[in-house]
Amino acid sequence: MGHHASDPNKIVNITIDGIPVSCPETTLILDAAKMAGIDIPVLCYHPDLKVRATCRVCIVEVKGQKKFKTACGNEVWDGAEFITNSPAVRQARKDILELILAEHPQDCLKCVRNTNCELQKLARDFGISKPQFANKPNPIPIEDSNGVIVRDMAKCVKCGRCVEVCQEVQTVGAINTAHRSVEYEITTAFDRSLQDTVCVYCGQCIAVCPVGALYEKDETEKVWQAIADADKHVVVQVAPAVRVALGEEFGMAPGSIATGKMVAALRRLGFDKVFDTDFAADVTIMEEGNELLERMSHGGVLPLITSCSPGWINFVETFYPELLPHVSSCKSPQQMFGALAKTYYAQKAGIDAGKMTVVSIMPCTAKKYESARPEINGSGYRDVDVVITTRELARMIKQAGIDFNKLDDQEFDAPLGISTGAAVIFGTSGGVMEAALRTVYEVVTGKELVDVDFESVRGLTGIKEAEVDLDGKKVKVAIANGLKNARQILDKIKAGECDYQFVEIMCCPGGCIGGGGQPHGTTKAVREERMAGIYQADRELPIRQSHKNPAVTALYEEFLGKPLSRKSHELLHTHYHPRHK
Amino acid sequence: MSKINKLISANCGVIRPDSVEDYVKAGGYEGLKKAFTMKPEEIIGEVKKAKLLGRGGAAYPAGSKWEQLLEIPEFPKYIVINADEGEPGTFKDKILLSQDPLRVIEGMTIAGYVFNSHDGYIYIRGEYRAIQKVFRSAIDNAVKAGYLGQNILGTGFAFHIHIMTGAGAYVCGENSALLNSIEGKAGRPRIKPPHLAEVGLFLMPTLVNNVESIANIPTIVLEGGEKYLSYGTKDSGGTKLVCLSGNVVNRGVYEIPFGVSLRDIIYDPELGGGIPNGKKLKFFHLGGQSGPIGSQAQLDTLYCYKALRNAGLSVGSGAVVVMDEDVCVIDYLKGVTEFFIHESCGKCTPCREGNKQIYAILCKLSEGQATQDDMAVLRRLIDTMTNASFCGLGQSATVALNTCWKLFKAEFEDHLNQKCPAQVCFTEQGRGE
Repeated sequence: MGHHASDPNKIVNITIDGIPVSCPETTLILDAAKMAGIDIPVLCYHPDLKVRATCRVCIVEVKGQKKFKTACGNEVWDGAEFITNSPAVRQARKDILELILAEHPQDCLKCVRNTNCELQKLARDFGISKPQFANKPNPIPIEDSNGVIVRDMAKCVKCGRCVEVCQEVQTVGAINTAHRSVEYEITTAFDRSLQDTVCVYCGQCIAVCPVGALYEKDETEKVWQAIADADKHVVVQVAPAVRVALGEEFGMAPGSIATGKMVAALRRLGFDKVFDTDFAADVTIMEEGNELLERMSHGGVLPLITSCSPGWINFVETFYPELLPHVSSCKSPQQMFGALAKTYYAQKAGIDAGKMTVVSIMPCTAKKYESARPEINGSGYRDVDVVITTRELARMIKQAGIDFNKLDDQEFDAPLGISTGAAVIFGTSGGVMEAALRTVYEVVTGKELVDVDFESVRGLTGIKEAEVDLDGKKVKVAIANGLKNARQILDKIKAGECDYQFVEIMCCPGGCIGGGGQPHGTTKAVREERMAGIYQADRELPIRQSHKNPAVTALYEEFLGKPLSRKSHELLHTHYHPRHK
Repeated sequence: MSKINKLISANCGVIRPDSVEDYVKAGGYEGLKKAFTMKPEEIIGEVKKAKLLGRGGAAYPAGSKWEQLLEIPEFPKYIVINADEGEPGTFKDKILLSQDPLRVIEGMTIAGYVFNSHDGYIYIRGEYRAIQKVFRSAIDNAVKAGYLGQNILGTGFAFHIHIMTGAGAYVCGENSALLNSIEGKAGRPRIKPPHLAEVGLFLMPTLVNNVESIANIPTIVLEGGEKYLSYGTKDSGGTKLVCLSGNVVNRGVYEIPFGVSLRDIIYDPELGGGIPNGKKLKFFHLGGQSGPIGSQAQLDTLYCYKALRNAGLSVGSGAVVVMDEDVCVIDYLKGVTEFFIHESCGKCTPCREGNKQIYAILCKLSEGQATQDDMAVLRRLIDTMTNASFCGLGQSATVALNTCWKLFKAEFEDHLNQKCPAQVCFTEQGRGE
C-alpha cells in the first residue's frame, strides 16, 4: 500500500552490489543491474513477455529488508541498495534450482535442448553436482500424436512463457495452467491432445520454452532416408526466412545472410537439387496479385487476405470461418513449389514424379501440418513430402559433420531456384504485401515502379496500413503482424468497418523470421536483425519484382499459360474449410 | 475486567440472522444512519482513531487503507469483503456470517457510502454453502426494508452487494487471488505493484477488508473511534474474535478485549477452561496454519498485537489451537505441511516444490531416517520459502515449522536418534509413513 505509480521521467539513484546506477524510476532491477554490468540469472523471464516473477531465480537482497525481491518483477526506487551476489542470495537461487531439478527427468543427454537449455545452463553455472533432493520426475507420457508439436511436460519448469504467448500474444488459448500446488501444470483444456484443441501449430510456444518441454516433431530421419535411397530424386526448397537465421546455429550473428553456405551445405547433404521457395513466392505474387485485381474489377469479396501462413490459415478456419471467402485461394509458396516440382519440373527434367521426394526447410512448424493437409495436393502425389524446420536442418548439418562456416557460397539450382527480391521479403511481416504491390502497380498502371521500397509496410508494428495510388485508383492495404493483431483487423472486417482492399496476415510476430521453427533465442531484437538481413538480401538481388523473374515467365509460357488459368487453379489454388473448435 | 466483551458478536445466536426487524430492534443500522450524517473523511477519521487493524491476519491499519483508497480519483471503486475464511482452526467469520450477516452488510454499506461505491462483493468460501443462503436472504431482506439497493433510507445513495464464491482454495484468501477468482480467473495471486487500491477488481480501485474488520465498522461509527479503542489496549483497539480449538475444554468463538493473557484464553473457565483429561499443555498455534507456535513459557504474553509480536507470536486470524503433551511436534508439522501442499497455488517454485520437500524431510524424521544433512536442507528450505516465495501463503507456510525449530529443537534431535518424546512416531500406532 501507499505505492505511487512510478515515473519514467524521474531519474533515481541506486546502488547494485555497491555500484552506483542512475536510471529512470520505471527500470526493472534486472535492467538496472545490466547497467552495472551484472547479469542476474533468470528462468521464467523473457524480454518480450510480461513479467511473471514465478520461478524466483532472479531474487536479490534489498538492504534493510529481510525478504528477497525478484529482479524481474520489481522496479527500482530512489536510494535503494540491492545486493545480487551475497551468500544468502546465491544459496537461495541454488536451492530454487534444486527444487526444480528434483521434479525434472534430468535426461539432458537425450534432450533436444541439450547444450541449448536455459535450466541446464543455470544448473551448470551454479555448480549443481550432487542431488540435494531425491529425483522424482513426474511420469508424464510424451505427447506427439499431432505430428507437429511434441509436448514432453515432464520437463516443464512451469515458467508460463508458452501460456502467455499462446493466450496473449497469439490469442489462441490452446494451453493454460491448471490445478494447484504439486499438481500445477501447463496443459490443454481437459488434458486433450493438442490436435483436439484450438492449437494452430504456430510453434510460438516452442520458441519461448526455456527447456525441452516443447519441440517440433523431428522428421530429419525421413529426409536422411530419402537422400540415401538411390531410387529417389530428392529436391529441397528453402523458405526465405531460413537464410537469415540458420547461421545463428553455427555461431553467426542473427540476421547474417547465409544463403550461399546454406545452399552448399544442402548440396553436401546429398539433395539432388537445391531449389528455393522464393521461386514459388514469385509465382504466388503472380497468382495472388491477379486474384486481387480480378476481385477488385469484378466485385469480388474484399478485402482479399493472404494465405501464405499456415498457422494463420488454421486460425481463420478455427476462429473466423465466416471470413474464409476473404482468404486468397492461392496455396502458400511451399505448396505451390511442391505442386510445380512434381509436375512442371518433373516433366522438364524427365523425372518420374512418383520417385521424387520434395523436402521443405521452413522457419515454421505449422508448415508440417499444412503439407499433410489432404486437400492441398495438386500434383497427383503428396506435393511436399517432408517439412523440417531451420533447427532440424541445423541438426542435419551438424550430424553430417559439415563445417558450415568454412563452406564456400554456392548458387541455387535452376529453374526453381531462380527468384527475386520480392520473393525474399516474404520472410518478414509486410513482405508479401510489398512484393504484391511491386507487381500489381506495374500491371495496373503499365508504368515502371521507380522506387520498389514500400517503407510504410515494414517493421515490427502490430498493424501497419498504407494507401497506394494505382494511377488514380487508391488501394488501401493493411498488415497484421501476429494473430492478436489479426484478430483486430478480422473483427473490423466482420463489423463491416474496413475499407481495405488487401490484407496481409502473418501468424507469427515479425512474420516468418520469428517463426516457431527458427533457432531458439528469438527476441524482438533478434527479429529486427533477421528482418534487416531480409531487406539486405532484397537490395542485393538484381531483380526485385516477381513478374520480372525470367524463370517465372518461362513457367507461364511453357506450362501454366497465364495467372489464374485452369492449370494454375488445379495446381496452385486450394480451398479452406471451417475447423473444429 | 470481564474477559468477554461482545461488541460485535452480541447478536450472534440471539436474533434471527436474516431478520432486519430483529437486527434493527437490537440496535442495528444506527451506525449507517449516523454515517449518512457524516462526511467520508470524518468516518475514516473515526476508523483511524479506533486503530482498527485488519482482522484477516495481515493486521494492516484499516484507517490508512481506507484513506489511501479515498485519495484515488478513479471510479468506480469496489468494496470487496474477504469471507474466504480458510485457516484451519479459524471459524470466527463463520459465526458473524451465519448469525449476524446484517452487521457485515451494514459495514459494507457504510464503506460503500464512504467511497461512493455502488457495488460490493462478498467472497464467501465455497465450503460455507449454507451460510451463503442465509447471507443471500439477509441481503434480500435488507433491500426490501430499504437499507440496501437503490436509494438507501431515502438518501439517494445506491449500493448493491453481490455474493461470490470459489470452488474452495485457501489461496483465494490472498486478496489479489481473491479478486482474480471473482473475475472468473484461476485463484492465483497477482504480481504487485500495482496495488489493489489502485488496480483491483476489474482493474479499478478496490477496498478489500476481512469480514470481522468490516463488522466492526458500524460500532466504530456509532460509538466513535476513541470509545472503540478504549475496549482494548492503546495499540490494539477494540475486541477480537478468537477461535479456540484443539485440546481445550471449551472450544468455540469468543469475543475478547485485547489485553487478556494467553493463559487466560486457554485456562479461564469463562474461556478455554484448560486442557481436558488433566493433560499438560505442549504448545499452542496462533493465527492459523500460517501462524507461529508458542509454548508453555509464553503463556503470560498478553493477547494484543504488540505483545504477541514482541514474543515472536502473532494475532493472525485469531485462531488459538491448543495441543497437549500427547502431540508430537514433527507429526503436527506434517499435518501443517500437508495442508500447504494441498493449498499452494503452484505458481512459484519455492512454495510449489518447497512444501513437498519439507514434507519429505518431516516424514524421514518421523520414520527415523533423517540425517544432519536433512536438517541443514530443512533449515535452508525454511529460509528460501520465507524470503523468496511469491505471496504471503508461501512466505508464511514455514512459520509454524520455523517457530517449532526454535522451541523444540531437542525434539527434532530426538527424532534424528529415533526417539519420539510424545511416543507417536516409531510405534505401532505411529503415523510414520
